[in-house]
Amino acid sequence: MKVNEVPQDPKDFREGAKVKKVIYAVDDDGKYTSVNSAGWEAENFATKQAWDAIDEELAETAEKVKAGELSPIAYYMHKCLMEPSLLAKYVGKWQWQVNKHMKPSGFNKLSADMLSKYAKAFNITIEELTSFGK
Amino acid sequence: MSSTIYSHCQHAHCESGVTSNLLKYEGIDLSEPMAFGIGAGLFFAHIPFLKVSGTPGTTFRTWPGAIFKRVTQRLNIDVHTQKFRTPEKAMSALDDVLQAGKPAGMLSSVYYLPYLPEAFRFHFNAHNLIVYGKEGNEYLVSDPVLEEVTRIAPEDLAKARFAKGTPEPKGFMYYIKSVPKEIHLEKAIQSGIKQTCFFMLSPPLPWFGNKAIFTLAKKIKQYPQKLTTRKAALYLGNVIRMQEEIGTGGAGFRYLYAAFLQEAGVLLQRDDLKGLSAELTKIGDDWRNFAYHAARQMKDRKSDLVSFDELSHLLIICGEKERDFFKRLENTNR
Repeated sequence: MKVNEVPQDPKDFREGAKVKKVIYAVDDDGKYTSVNSAGWEAENFATKQAWDAIDEELAETAEKVKAGELSPIAYYMHKCLMEPSLLAKYVGKWQWQVNKHMKPSGFNKLSADMLSKYAKAFNITIEELTSFGK
Repeated sequence: MSSTIYSHCQHAHCESGVTSNLLKYEGIDLSEPMAFGIGAGLFFAHIPFLKVSGTPGTTFRTWPGAIFKRVTQRLNIDVHTQKFRTPEKAMSALDDVLQAGKPAGMLSSVYYLPYLPEAFRFHFNAHNLIVYGKEGNEYLVSDPVLEEVTRIAPEDLAKARFAKGTPEPKGFMYYIKSVPKEIHLEKAIQSGIKQTCFFMLSPPLPWFGNKAIFTLAKKIKQYPQKLTTRKAALYLGNVIRMQEEIGTGGAGFRYLYAAFLQEAGVLLQRDDLKGLSAELTKIGDDWRNFAYHAARQMKDRKSDLVSFDELSHLLIICGEKERDFFKRLENTNR
């Protein structure tokens, strides 16, 4: 890639335009140099698509929590871009236990201590956690 | 306190950038491409059954920590590396290093770095950054992917250093203790090249090195039959992101490695390396061409501008050219 071919397509979502990363490209004499790039259409599209998928899934999860199919833990887990395996590590439980807590029946039995562990993992208050979807 | 002032330099890739910046502080001028090449940073792997955030794991680089380790070993530089059990211990050890006037490199999770734009903040636990000082309660951060230095609150830094998941940084910190009077680049460059060729050409399993490019090509061909349109687009998107997103220097580190070969060619007065650099630049252009068409494919799902078959074919071309390329690179090094 030549220096003048380095794309400058701004990543204009989620503050992505704040970083102008370094790309290596060759000048007219074939010598390598580093150039700042605002972004590239193809890459911006892929990243945006990944975020859109997360948003869609989050909206679906929110509906399920409101319908009483899932607990608020499922919602905040998606919001924090986590999966049950990762969340389990943050709260010091097994994955099957986290899966259980993602159902309203399991969630309602949680101790105050456990709730505070989840709230801490999501960086929210216990009140925010328990009141979601109500 | 040390009399030297830490100076920040923006780079393409976090680990080779951190390595270059730490060395510069010690008075060794080693460019980012040189650090990347000597550290044998280039690689490829595609492991379909290892799902990372729901998509098959794909990487264009070697595993985290390897570049800094190999560069310092190959240049006979004395370093200190350490993992910690608790954030308290890790943070107080960092304070001690800063007190002694040394900048320290460390692993972190980008998800917990508030100074990065949200667009990049996924649970990626192998991001390298340098802390070079402390003012009041805040740490002064030199993150190689940013144009300027920044700051971070101690709670945030502790969280980023003790993120859970795979891999777990466990507060991993490293700094340079002392450097030799002279460094010998020629041998370091040769062993770096040798290792890269070995990792690209020798793994007998289909998921690592050059063979993995063909594995990915085969999988992509099957996407329309095996996956929903949405999943296929997400899988393909993930490959593009791994190839081009922040820190690769373009074309999945291929341009960065080509820059290394060119610099090495000039330094060692070897025209063969310069020629190979130009060739790898062209292969990099092929990778970019693949990413461009893959994005078009995802964007315009119905128009079928370039079908999955053709995308797969574009990758096979990259794979074949690289196989030939690395074989010849290996031979120049004998």
